[in-house]
Amino acid sequence: MFDTIIDPNFKAPEPERVGEERVSLTRIVQELVFTVDHKKLGLMYIGSGLMFFVVAGLMATMMRLQLAFPNGKVLEPDVFNRLFTMHGTSMVFLVGMPIIFGFANYLTPLMIGTRDMAFPRLNAFGFWVFFFSGWLLYFSYLAAPGLYAAGSAPDVGWFAYSPLTAKAFSRGHSTDYWTLSLLMGGIGSVATAINIIVTTLCLRCKGMTLGRMPLFVWVFLVAAFLVIIAIPPLSACQIMLIFDRYLGAKFFDTQAGGSAVLWQHFFWIFGHPEVYILILPGFAIANEIVPVFSRKPMFGYPIMVAATVMIGFISLTVWAHHMFTVGMTSLGNTFFVVSTMIIAVPTGIKIFNWLGTMYGGKIRFDLPMLFCIGFLFQFLIAGLTGVMLSVAPFDWQLSDSYFVVAHFHYVLIGGLLYMVFSGIYYWYPKAFGRMLNAKLGHWHFWLFTIGFHLTFGPQHIAGFMGMPRRVFTYEEGRGWDLWNLLSTIGVLIQIPGILFFVINLIYSYIKGKKAGDDPWDAWTLEWSTTSPPPEYNFAKLPEVKSRRPLWDLKHPEDPDWKFE
Amino acid sequence: MSTEPLHAGESASLINDPNATETPWRLPSQRKTGIACLIVTESALFTIFVVAYLFYMGRSLNPPYPAQVLEFPWLGSIALFSSSATIMLAEIMLRKVNRFGFLIWWGLTIVLGAYFIYFTATEWMHLIYGKNLTISSNVFGSTFYALVGLHLSHVFIGLLLLSTVWLLTFFGKIPKDHHEHIEVVSWYWHFVDAIWLVVVTVVYIISVNY
Repeated sequence: MFDTIIDPNFKAPEPERVGEERVSLTRIVQELVFTVDHKKLGLMYIGSGLMFFVVAGLMATMMRLQLAFPNGKVLEPDVFNRLFTMHGTSMVFLVGMPIIFGFANYLTPLMIGTRDMAFPRLNAFGFWVFFFSGWLLYFSYLAAPGLYAAGSAPDVGWFAYSPLTAKAFSRGHSTDYWTLSLLMGGIGSVATAINIIVTTLCLRCKGMTLGRMPLFVWVFLVAAFLVIIAIPPLSACQIMLIFDRYLGAKFFDTQAGGSAVLWQHFFWIFGHPEVYILILPGFAIANEIVPVFSRKPMFGYPIMVAATVMIGFISLTVWAHHMFTVGMTSLGNTFFVVSTMIIAVPTGIKIFNWLGTMYGGKIRFDLPMLFCIGFLFQFLIAGLTGVMLSVAPFDWQLSDSYFVVAHFHYVLIGGLLYMVFSGIYYWYPKAFGRMLNAKLGHWHFWLFTIGFHLTFGPQHIAGFMGMPRRVFTYEEGRGWDLWNLLSTIGVLIQIPGILFFVINLIYSYIKGKKAGDDPWDAWTLEWSTTSPPPEYNFAKLPEVKSRRPLWDLKHPEDPDWKFE
Repeated sequence: MSTEPLHAGESASLINDPNATETPWRLPSQRKTGIACLIVTESALFTIFVVAYLFYMGRSLNPPYPAQVLEFPWLGSIALFSSSATIMLAEIMLRKVNRFGFLIWWGLTIVLGAYFIYFTATEWMHLIYGKNLTISSNVFGSTFYALVGLHLSHVFIGLLLLSTVWLLTFFGKIPKDHHEHIEVVSWYWHFVDAIWLVVVTVVYIISVNY
């Protein structure tokens, strides 16, 4: 199929000259709006994700300031409710999702050796739908009061349990903005996920069999399948909610035979796979970085693939562990306890395989690897508290407490966000041709790590001592004062860490050390092209014979394909 | 770093060598994989609405109940199911490069789909004005209109796709060898039909006899 693409007379232009004519601001904006290039869209995804990350992070900071001392007076209770709703919704749908799609967009075509995603225009559509769904959510601050003079931004919590969302309890339009934004964002996510699946299955370069695909691509393939199966339940329950609110339907109206619990089921049928949609990309990035910085091939590649696929399947059967306190039958409880515990098995396999890869390796402690090691420790803690919460009686005690808050922040920050940072330190040289500054990076790593543990570690204890989540304040003398104060101090340490990161991104773009094509001496195809890659990625489409094509190229005396 | 392959005849080169021995490298079709993914994701969407319908069966606190108002939609179902056959005949004509035959069968598919929408519209008119069943009457009304309406919206989108193909073919804008685009549309149409099989079973058979 490549006969039409490979033209022996084709002479590639000098990569440095591509895009040189872009100077004025209008040209840049025009380029961003019109582009269908997977690399630009990938960076736009990550860039807008980081922008929403800063906004939602500041919201969290305000909440922590309110909770620093008992009887805090920083925020009004209704403002606090809006903040935790917007913080949660933004972090999941406007930070997590776009950043993982950004990585998938930028790297999948480069890693499988092709020129773009399968449907470039659908790709641009997916980005812009996501982008405007984000603005739609934030527009609620201006427009939601409507003629009711009711509350502005959504304040129903990120999982918006019924009947809080009923017309009687949520006046004005804030819930409608939330619903429409998620419905719209869901369309964009499904479009992008379909694109990732089709690209991975249909555009691999010659010799790139499924068994030779980088694990990064494998994991994103599974995550994309989860997206197309898990997002529709969310869209379905949003559609039902719109019918309830606008047309007087009775889906969640308990007084007319509707069921509030059904909302919980439908939401978590989306919600739990969503957790894995967010954390699998973290695994994907670790799968690339751990071997390169341990100077060893991945330990147990087929097992890693199998574990990923297992996680994908099992994650569809665990949703009701969010609902133990609702009161299910003992059969239901038992099923969801067991399935939740089983999912820890493939996840544990992954951790052991990363350790197996590092074992005996010549480990380089560059910044990507530092964040990766942080991830391994923190994700282990998150996994262990997760297994604890999977035990139904334990969950009855601690559900909706700060223990749960600490647990999922260890998953999403300690797990996903650390790997996002790791991936940015690793692939920034590829995307911009310059290394990120190591000194600033170390400041970022240590400040953020100390701040992170100081913020969320004590929340486990506050949760054990009975502090419920989503309270806007608390009384003195319940034993929560110290842990909340420590938690807030932790946030104040995280902020300069993030500041160092942002400064580093800008500083290194201008003054960073030139990276060259392959600064980490890595083995996957994206490092075989220039940094930054030209718009067509590869002058000639590559052909691979093993899982580590660049190793084969650099070590023709000892190629991998002899042993696979 | 050396890019020279050490072993003669064994190219370890990363770059595609035009003289290398050609082994067939086949990958699935992009369009078909794409539409298959779309069908998977749409199936997940319908599953939730079907589950909601089944869950709310018998939970309406006030009439009308399904057994009182629903009549089996014979004509609509026959029209929709037979449109799956006509679209297959259209595809056979396409492979025979018989453009006229294709337009006839494809056009008949559109007529059958449009009749289904007309049939459902009259059924809804009857239910709303004759039997007083609206989306806000009770949970049966909510789930009924949501599920059947979701399917109806898919029929409508399918009709738009079918009509686009028909018009483009009529004005000769589609090259003779473009089977795949049309095949992809027909996959979608078959999917819409298959969903109707589920909907009609759940709504008009199971819930009426519940």
